[in-house]
Amino acid sequence: MLIRLTGGTVYDPASGIDGQQQDIYIQNGRIIDKPLGEFKVDQDYDLKGKVVMSGAIDMHTHIGGGKGNIARTLLPEDHRQDPVHRSDITRSGCGHAMPSTFVTGYRYAEMGYTAGFEPALLPINARQAHMEMGDIPILDKGGYVMLGSDDYLLRLLTAKKDQKAINDYVAWTMHTAKAIGVKVVNPGGINAFKFNQRKLDLDEQNAHYGVTPRDILRVLATAVKELGVPHPLHVHGCNLGVPGNVQTTLDTIQGIGGLPMHLTHIQFHSYGTEGDFKFSSGAAQIAEAINNNKNITIDVGQILFGQTVTASGDNMRQHANHKHASPNKWVTMDIECDAGCGVVPFKYKDQNFVNALQWAIGLETFLLVNDPWRIFLTTDHPNGAPFTSYPHLIRLLMDRSFRNDMLATIHPEAQKMTTLASIDREYTLQEIAIMTRAGAAKLIGLKDRGGLSAGNFADITIYTDNTDRQKMFEKPDYVFKDGQLVVVNGKVVSTKWGTTHVVKPDFDPSVEKGLKDYFDRYLTMKLGNFKISDDEIIEDGRGSITVHPLSS
Amino acid sequence: MIEITEVPSPFCGIGTDDLTIRVEGVSLKVIDNGCAINTPAFEQAITDTSPRVNGKEVHLDIAIAAAAALLKDTHLPVIGGCATDVNGMRGLLALADRVGAVVDNMNFTGARNNFLALQDSGWMNTTLAEVKNRCDLLVVVGTDLEAFAPRFFERYLWNEEAMFLDDTSAREVIYLGKSPSGSASTSPTGKQAQLLPCATEDLPDVIAVLRALVKGQPIIATAVCGIAVADLQALADKFKAASYSVVTWAAAALTYAQAELTVQQLSEMIKDLNNQNTRCSGLPLAGKEGDQTANQVCGWTTGYPARTRFSAGFPEYDPFLNDTKLLLANGEADALVWVQAFNSKSVPPETTLPTIVIARSGMVFTKEPEVFIPVGTPGIDHVGHAYRMDNVVAIRLKKLRESGLPSTAEVLNAIEQAL
Repeated sequence: MLIRLTGGTVYDPASGIDGQQQDIYIQNGRIIDKPLGEFKVDQDYDLKGKVVMSGAIDMHTHIGGGKGNIARTLLPEDHRQDPVHRSDITRSGCGHAMPSTFVTGYRYAEMGYTAGFEPALLPINARQAHMEMGDIPILDKGGYVMLGSDDYLLRLLTAKKDQKAINDYVAWTMHTAKAIGVKVVNPGGINAFKFNQRKLDLDEQNAHYGVTPRDILRVLATAVKELGVPHPLHVHGCNLGVPGNVQTTLDTIQGIGGLPMHLTHIQFHSYGTEGDFKFSSGAAQIAEAINNNKNITIDVGQILFGQTVTASGDNMRQHANHKHASPNKWVTMDIECDAGCGVVPFKYKDQNFVNALQWAIGLETFLLVNDPWRIFLTTDHPNGAPFTSYPHLIRLLMDRSFRNDMLATIHPEAQKMTTLASIDREYTLQEIAIMTRAGAAKLIGLKDRGGLSAGNFADITIYTDNTDRQKMFEKPDYVFKDGQLVVVNGKVVSTKWGTTHVVKPDFDPSVEKGLKDYFDRYLTMKLGNFKISDDEIIEDGRGSITVHPLSS
Repeated sequence: MIEITEVPSPFCGIGTDDLTIRVEGVSLKVIDNGCAINTPAFEQAITDTSPRVNGKEVHLDIAIAAAAALLKDTHLPVIGGCATDVNGMRGLLALADRVGAVVDNMNFTGARNNFLALQDSGWMNTTLAEVKNRCDLLVVVGTDLEAFAPRFFERYLWNEEAMFLDDTSAREVIYLGKSPSGSASTSPTGKQAQLLPCATEDLPDVIAVLRALVKGQPIIATAVCGIAVADLQALADKFKAASYSVVTWAAAALTYAQAELTVQQLSEMIKDLNNQNTRCSGLPLAGKEGDQTANQVCGWTTGYPARTRFSAGFPEYDPFLNDTKLLLANGEADALVWVQAFNSKSVPPETTLPTIVIARSGMVFTKEPEVFIPVGTPGIDHVGHAYRMDNVVAIRLKKLRESGLPSTAEVLNAIEQAL
């Protein structure tokens, strides 16, 4: 079947197309060049006056894995506010802060998103993450496997094993967990919490291993680079949420020594200690450091006001933050000599000084970082806000007067502590397309996604241009996933199953010798039973695995 | 004849995955690392392989059509049991969504003691590998742990080596409430567990006093329900002196009204201890009859644990009103679907309602159900996934033999298709 999208205004940063009128042809799920000679168009969509972008990609969203399911279980009262009925083509479920898997897929698609990446795939919990993501319809998905507080890595470091040994272990773990990236969360800190340490600065030693977060970041970032994994080491840094952590973040950037590194939800790591409340914005310093260090990419982790739930691997910091739980219930877990998690419900309030300034810090960061290819639009769903708030966030970025109207309503002391009102910048459609499409695909290393040139998969979103950018982005006219029309006028009209994106870096098979001994002596599962097979993702007939090329 | 090693078990809840099983045709024999729970569960013979409708053996297609026809005209079917693997639960929830059924895991009334505490105030928990490598004090509350999981001590406490303990046999075990039925809790060097016995229904009083002592509150009484307050003070002191203490309980063993308050009291005590410069964690015991699996899959599919109804067209969770027993007793339900792929002895509750049973081969009924479809057991007849007690770890179940029995998922998906 040949589909033609006729006359739309195309924003395709991957090809350098910035708002030009172009026709797009789709066949067998992919975008093709205009066929030569005579041809018959089976379906033609008149898109004159419409905005055409590729499907959006959320490069950091907690959509799969145990902590999300704990968050769901913890909050029945939140689900009851947002029940989702079944239909002839869609399953029932719940929405708001931590939606059910099916609803996650529908609502992302209904906003024009066609892929989401779970950033915290614990090796021991990766099966669950993939099973949950296997129940998310329409979207493509993938995960970044979490290392850095696992006892095996820390033992390698204490034993002064060489970088090759680390690389083999990292690559092996990526294979067994079916990952496309590597993440580190509070490097070594989750482990230190098990030894009753309650904070861990960049250069502070783990009480048992004597290893510092700086050591861990450096070996993991090196491993990721040497293995040719396209996505740089994905870092949730030390001291999340701690006033003064802007210095930690700046030191982290310097400490990585030019290696590629992605700093995630940087808003939570950009706090100073100035002012009457000893809490201030470090966004300008952070933005300057990002602008000056081309090896660094970030996503923001914007907070937006309202009820949500924070679900993180960082049980050390989540435990410290539990006193802010709203409603007052929370969970932490130590997990399998592998990692941990912490789930704390939050209600961000515009009349709370800290929350209001967090909101402003996130926006300052977006607006002060110059290069849209190195900054990504996230709320760290659900931690800063549910992903369904993205259209509102896009309006805040694209519409200065709307932003300033909102700014005028927040806690007055927070208004005094932010430079937001003085920032004129408004994001362009092309910059939004970079942050949420082309840039994200490039950052993750997705081949044939995130662009609209021939050869790309036909993940395409079409909007009606509207100066109210929130309205525009919350209700696309059409969304195609792999060439299939899945959304019309912001509602799912058909469903399908996306693929799971992975990379498979090489490793020396002898790495399993040390691992088998370790599993037999200390863990609770046999090595052979730990490894996730491809079958587990594809055997139900819905899932598939797409292996992406390594960087050379 | 073949021998399969490193076989994981979906039966014991503690994720044993070192069994060796000899397979001869369709008969299984546990050769190594069996236990009182796993060995009979694996070795149970296949008796019936043919579905039945109204007691007559029929082809699978006929049974599926009969089940679909029966469900088609119901207003509130209840799907009980919910004892199967991840794919079985996926099929079960899809069918429930389609027909507007109630989904209710058979162990939920026990598990509710945990869910109510979790959903009211939360907890700080740990998992088995942390216990194995870190735990220096294990306090067992109200539960005969070795009867629950015969190999718990061998695998997770008396392991030869631990990463962070010089001598695992120096770990301390203390029973509060119920005393153990055997000697598995005695360390390899002969050190016996300390017992602080009381009646199960006295645990609320005893734990209230223990928590007060942990918080440093003065207690005037000298004894509570037969336990000397001095002994509880010593226990509180041991908690504070330990590096990584663990408190374990089986929610279903707390067999008294409002036992969720006991779980909450324990969980809050654990939080208190973590604010006193030490680490302490909870370890709720579960993982039987697919209970954690049911709650996990229902959790991500609906947002709620596996006592949820779909009759309004969307999921509604009620830990009390969606109880199978209650819905049958007060005449709300109009059909029962019983799904039990693990245990042929776990028969459906007695009812006069039309009943569909999708269960492990060999189930014997006092009243023949309208439709009976024998299915394979996950981890024996087909591959699958099951959650163990600590919820984080899904174990990959193996297929051990070629029985020709369909999986729960295949049967439930086919019924949904036939609607």
